[in-house]
Amino acid sequence: MKQPLVEGQLVGRSVSRREDPRLLTGRGRFVDDIALPGMLHAQFVRSTVAHGEITSVDLTAVREVPGVVAAFTADDLELADITAELGRPLSEFVPTAMPVLARDRVRYVGEPVAIVVARDAYAVEDGLEAAKVGYATLPPVTSEQTALAPGAPLVHEEATRNTLVDVSLFATDGIDEIFDAAACVVHVESRTGRQNALPLETRGVVAHWDDREEQLVLQTCTQVPHQVRTVASRCLRLDERAVRVVVPDMGGGFGQKCVVGREEIAAAAVALRLRRPVKWIEDRKDALSASFLAREQHYEVRAAFDADGRILGLDADVVCDMGAYSCYPFTAGIEPLMASAEMPGVYRVPAYRVRGRAVTTNKAPTAPYRGVSRPQYVMVVERLFERAARELGLDAVEIRRRNVITEFPYTGVNNITYDPGSYLESLNLCERLVKDEGWYEKRSAAAAEGRHIGIGYSCFSERTGYGSAAFAQRKMRVVPGFDISEVRMDTSGAVTVTTGTMSHGQSHETTMAQIVSDELGLDIGKVRLHQGDTERITYGWGTFASRSITVGGSAVRLAAAKLGEKLCRIAAARWDAARDDVELAGGGAHHRDGRVLTYEELADVAYLQAHLLPKDIEPGLSATATFDVFNDGTFSNATHGVVVELHENTGQVEILRYVCVEDCGVAINPQVVEGQCRGGIAQGIAGALFEQVTYDDQGEPSATSFMDYKVPTAHEIPDVLIHHLETPCAFTETGAKGAGEGGTIGAPAAVLNAVNDALRPTGVELDHTPITPETVHRALNLELSS
Amino acid sequence: MTESGNATDVLLLTLDVNGEQHEVITEPRRTLVDVLRHDLRLTGTHVGCEHGICGACTVLVDDRPTRACLMFAAQAEGARIRTVESLSDGPELSDLQRSFSEHHGLQCGFCTPGFLMLAEGFLAERPEATKDEIREVVASNLCRCTGYQTIVEAIDGCAVARRCPKEF
Ligand code: FES
Ligand code: FES
Repeated sequence: MKQPLVEGQLVGRSVSRREDPRLLTGRGRFVDDIALPGMLHAQFVRSTVAHGEITSVDLTAVREVPGVVAAFTADDLELADITAELGRPLSEFVPTAMPVLARDRVRYVGEPVAIVVARDAYAVEDGLEAAKVGYATLPPVTSEQTALAPGAPLVHEEATRNTLVDVSLFATDGIDEIFDAAACVVHVESRTGRQNALPLETRGVVAHWDDREEQLVLQTCTQVPHQVRTVASRCLRLDERAVRVVVPDMGGGFGQKCVVGREEIAAAAVALRLRRPVKWIEDRKDALSASFLAREQHYEVRAAFDADGRILGLDADVVCDMGAYSCYPFTAGIEPLMASAEMPGVYRVPAYRVRGRAVTTNKAPTAPYRGVSRPQYVMVVERLFERAARELGLDAVEIRRRNVITEFPYTGVNNITYDPGSYLESLNLCERLVKDEGWYEKRSAAAAEGRHIGIGYSCFSERTGYGSAAFAQRKMRVVPGFDISEVRMDTSGAVTVTTGTMSHGQSHETTMAQIVSDELGLDIGKVRLHQGDTERITYGWGTFASRSITVGGSAVRLAAAKLGEKLCRIAAARWDAARDDVELAGGGAHHRDGRVLTYEELADVAYLQAHLLPKDIEPGLSATATFDVFNDGTFSNATHGVVVELHENTGQVEILRYVCVEDCGVAINPQVVEGQCRGGIAQGIAGALFEQVTYDDQGEPSATSFMDYKVPTAHEIPDVLIHHLETPCAFTETGAKGAGEGGTIGAPAAVLNAVNDALRPTGVELDHTPITPETVHRALNLELSS
Repeated sequence: MTESGNATDVLLLTLDVNGEQHEVITEPRRTLVDVLRHDLRLTGTHVGCEHGICGACTVLVDDRPTRACLMFAAQAEGARIRTVESLSDGPELSDLQRSFSEHHGLQCGFCTPGFLMLAEGFLAERPEATKDEIREVVASNLCRCTGYQTIVEAIDGCAVARRCPKEF
């Protein structure tokens, strides 16, 4: 890490958001706000069966519907398939092609079979109703158990036993003996519900051909513009230079928009063929049933402890139901590889064995979702500690204290080297905050009145600074990790920063500008961020895995520093002085002797008086830098503490208090970090208590509107007390670690532990999420009847 | 079939939006939110579900917060409609908008116009609303980013400031 940014600067301050004025006045521009002359509206004829051969597609009547302009099947468009790959042997990974439109076979309800375009969004719906698709249905595979059962129907012929990924990343020698000899062995079997990341703005694209630039332009709401460009050019067999991806304002993504969707490619293909702009906006029904989903996982895990509560070993079997296809670029490996690689997390575990599998089923495919597998594995590991504490008669926090990593850097049994964090400090402080508010006394008093209050914690770290090295270890064929930034100054001394990351609510326009403003000693009003445009920067990996500030922000700071260096050299040349006598501050270059050249004056020389520059300094003021993380990455950490009350009559879980102690290194903008925590916690609570995508045994999704898919409101989500700790990161240019996902990771474990604490008198322990009122009601009534 | 083919009748409507009269020729089945967004190009009002749950499309119809996706434009004839575009005058943000920014009551900003119009209508009706009442009302819309706390605080902050302007 470079020196901490100097005093009196913007980094570390809750600078007010620069994106707010346009968003608050309705002047934000989201993809559905875009209208181009002659634009057509697209929607998809989607499969109504979960598994079947397509016997016929008849679009004749569709084309007769008033307002419909054209309708295409896969055969009409002749697009190349989207295939995501891992560089692993076939025994570990089976690549499967995802056609842009289904050909021959459908594998989930909602799979796009044909695309219809009409002159308006109403006519296109009329058109869809006239489509006739024949299916010869095949038996659907609707759960991970049926997928793995001998003789199960195959979702993809090439994937025997419906297994796309099967890896055993770690197996410590002698682990069985360790379990045999242990004083205490606990077991957890846990299932977590399928969830929808559910950005409030659904997916969508406006595609058109630009004759002047000879480019297909996709204005699309994606977290990964460059990857969409790569896939679009390959599917459409265009040079990559003939595709431009531009991202407007984005109403959330949470991972669902960090993979390439087949619909955006199909809409682009139609725009290319018809040479007319085509808009596709996903409706909520499609978003709930046919978008990328996540999180349906099954864990069988054992842990061995000594009599003092020290963990000796962890043995895990993880199976993830990835649905019908591998997402691009991450593949179906995203969840099992994340779980296998990142366990056991914050604890010193000497022995570890893990098997991770991805199975394919006839459900909508999955994509990364905020936290990726860590909400699940953290929940399971935290359950193991709670269970061991009960068996050994230890306090639930004390057993964690005895096991968390305290010496850094620490290399774990999973070969990860953890950078310094505040695992123990956050645990202690979180417990103290809960105690100081008197919740332990309130719990006892409530119990005396026959009420059910419980307290639960979760303690975790999360890798956030994934560089190319970390992703390469996963053996991804397309390896994310680095990022590129350009910082450019114009003749007025104002700066435009371009980044390869893409904000979809994380306030990059503010935080990136804070970084540049400090680096150059330039008023933040003079700094503007440009993001989400493949024409502006050669490549970028977009925004996911909490990488924007760690990796993208580091590239931004490096580029600004390079530009700063050039400004210093120009100033030194103008003064005929030594470079070392010049430094930047307050909007200009300062000589030790007090002389000042403002940025405007320096920029004037660089562009308009370039003859004044010495030969070894090129005209113009722009600098580009790349940044990558070459070691194992950077680890944010946190402890969450939750107090819940269970209601006997309704089985409802009410959250009475939520406390979060988090450490993401240097917080560029604390208010933004808190916003990320709170939003993340809300999504974690949603997974713990409410949201689940369910299917019937024919593979028909049963939660296709907000009536059935229960998204928590302000009634269910409590206020959150946040306390920051700050262990600066040694591996990033900003000292920051990522802050986007921790809330979601910590919440399910803490909520589940709190519920179990409240259920303690009943003897029932719950290990599955979502925790439904029915389960809680049943558990409490067990107690009543006994 | 050609694009000029037309199966449905059209209506001529006059809509009063943000104090301006607009004439629109439209199909009777067209919703108010679609007419606002796509015919009048007032794209500040958003669509999150089209089935009345998320509240992203909330506008004021005769001062009452209303789901514009659940109403046909034809039903709004004769009513006074206000959208998020009406909240501020020129570049200056209104006190409610400023409060959202100060409390970080928005992240992606997609739900924000709906919450602003919800709050605008509610506070006009109940300026003395308590924080609990505000939370109750906030629970009628969905936000996927903020966890709601800062939205409640923003609206409460604005209400408090309106009640005792001198302290602020
Ligand atoms: S769009 Fe109207 S309530 Fe969701
Ligand atoms: S700020 Fe993104 S949905 Fe509310």
